[in-house]
Amino acid sequence: MDLKVQGLSHRYDDLEVLRGIDLTIRQGEIVSVIGPSGCGKSTLLRLIGGLERPTEGEVLQVGEPPADSLNPLTYVFQDFALLPWRTVKGNVSLVLESKGLAQAETDARIADVLARTRLTDFADAIPKQLSGGMKQRVAIARALSVNPAVLLMDEPLSALDSQTRELLMDDLIQLWAREPFTSCYVTHNLNEAVRLGHKVVVLSRRPGVIREIVTIDTPVPKRSISDPALAEIQQSLWEMMREEAMTADMELADG
Amino acid sequence: MADEPERAQPVKFRGGGFVSKPRRFVAPLVFAVLIAIWEWGARAGWISPLVLPAPSEAFEAFKDLVESGQLLRHLSASLQRLIVGFTAGTTLGLTVGTFIGLFSIARSGLAPLVAAIFPIPKIALLPLFIIWFGIGEGSKVATILFGSFFPTVIATYSGIDNVDRGLIRMGQSFNLTYRDIVRKIVLPAALPAILSGMRISASISIILLVAAEMIGAEYGIGAYVLLAGNLMATDQLIAGVAMLSILGLTVNWLINLAERRFLKWRA
Ligand SMILES: Nc1ncnc2c1ncn2[C@@H]1O[C@H](COP(=O)(O)OP(=O)(O)OP(=O)(O)O)[C@@H](O)[C@H]1O
Ligand SMILES: [Mg+2]
Repeated sequence: MDLKVQGLSHRYDDLEVLRGIDLTIRQGEIVSVIGPSGCGKSTLLRLIGGLERPTEGEVLQVGEPPADSLNPLTYVFQDFALLPWRTVKGNVSLVLESKGLAQAETDARIADVLARTRLTDFADAIPKQLSGGMKQRVAIARALSVNPAVLLMDEPLSALDSQTRELLMDDLIQLWAREPFTSCYVTHNLNEAVRLGHKVVVLSRRPGVIREIVTIDTPVPKRSISDPALAEIQQSLWEMMREEAMTADMELADG
Repeated sequence: MADEPERAQPVKFRGGGFVSKPRRFVAPLVFAVLIAIWEWGARAGWISPLVLPAPSEAFEAFKDLVESGQLLRHLSASLQRLIVGFTAGTTLGLTVGTFIGLFSIARSGLAPLVAAIFPIPKIALLPLFIIWFGIGEGSKVATILFGSFFPTVIATYSGIDNVDRGLIRMGQSFNLTYRDIVRKIVLPAALPAILSGMRISASISIILLVAAEMIGAEYGIGAYVLLAGNLMATDQLIAGVAMLSILGLTVNWLINLAERRFLKWRA
């Protein structure tokens, strides 16, 4: 299943946030979205996943989602959004309950995603016992458990320290290599964008329009931190964003 | 200067303090000492037995109460009113509070009403309740019900108002049904607020229980205390008041237990 964003514009009362966004997210492809803070990245993601209605334009699902997908458009949130009173296992089972699965099937799915995110030993821990990185792995496990057609990730790593971020990044790359997922990955971290994205979408400052879409051909699992080609792309992205970021930084939030 | 050893001294400690550490033996000791002084004062004669009887006499009065079988009568009458009134008030309060928390129409219609009735000391309504429900159990239970209803309503809907919207959005993003979002996300997240509301409404209920029993009841701890006062039987009076203290402590302990059981997850 592909996702097609067509002529998407959005405003909050007088505040124009996004203007004329056209974008296609193809099956098996990770699309990174970068842009200065406040340019409407999170808004774009909420619109894509149907958590908010666009003022103009539409988001189309092209083709059918896989039959076994319980929740085709699935989010991974920046602040994890785990229920603090449920265990790791309980947080995953939350999204499987009342989906009409047999108990055995539910258990199998939970065991599978916990194994894939290396959380099997922590199945019965509750969130307050976990580190930030583990919490985000739980959120990723929860997202994977519903067999998403598209993973919508809003700065999933930005609440984490840089070492943990590096580890989780490797996890994401491994997960993708094993079983390519489709994803829209919003971040303000250029390095993450370049390491994960097949395409990097650069948004301008508010109102966000697409300034450029950079395609990166190196296969995702083969990219390394020290790859000079990637460093060059990252550098050129930074040049593009620098001025936008500086101007955006000077604006008042309600301006 | 280079080879002359610098004078070294340890950095002075200036942190610490401002943390309360539990000291288990202190509280029982304070109690024991106070009671001992009181007992001694009464026996030595510088506390008049009419004003304040010795603890041992209050204890004797309590023993009489047990042996005559009156304790069971008073206590069961009180507990029954308290449990029925409090349970009904809390259940209704939870329901109404949840509706106000979830639906704008309920909020616009009911929240001002609740705000207007909440500050009335419910004991002022007792005469009205006596007219409506009779002098018997009805009016007493209704007073307690009213007293525990309003704090619970307010605690419940403000608890729901403060539920992390991110969690609700997460539930929606996984296509959870409205019912499931309420049952599995909203209500558990509001539970801490609901339990602290319950602590307040429980103590209000005990106050109302005693007040209502003092106004017109044959049995009940409030009636017992009032009668003892009228007869100047201060030993019985002290025994009754001590029972009220124990009742309050027990209720508090039960709520602590519930918090520890259900709110383990809080950071
Ligand atoms: N529900 C809302 N109502 C009104 N304004 C909003 C709302 N949500 C976001 N905004 C405004 O829209 C603009 C874009 O917000 P958005 O969160 O999409 O930006 P972002 O690119 O994700 O920023 P960041 O990098 O800080 O995460 C901001 O100026 C924000 O204040
Ligand atoms: Mg954002």
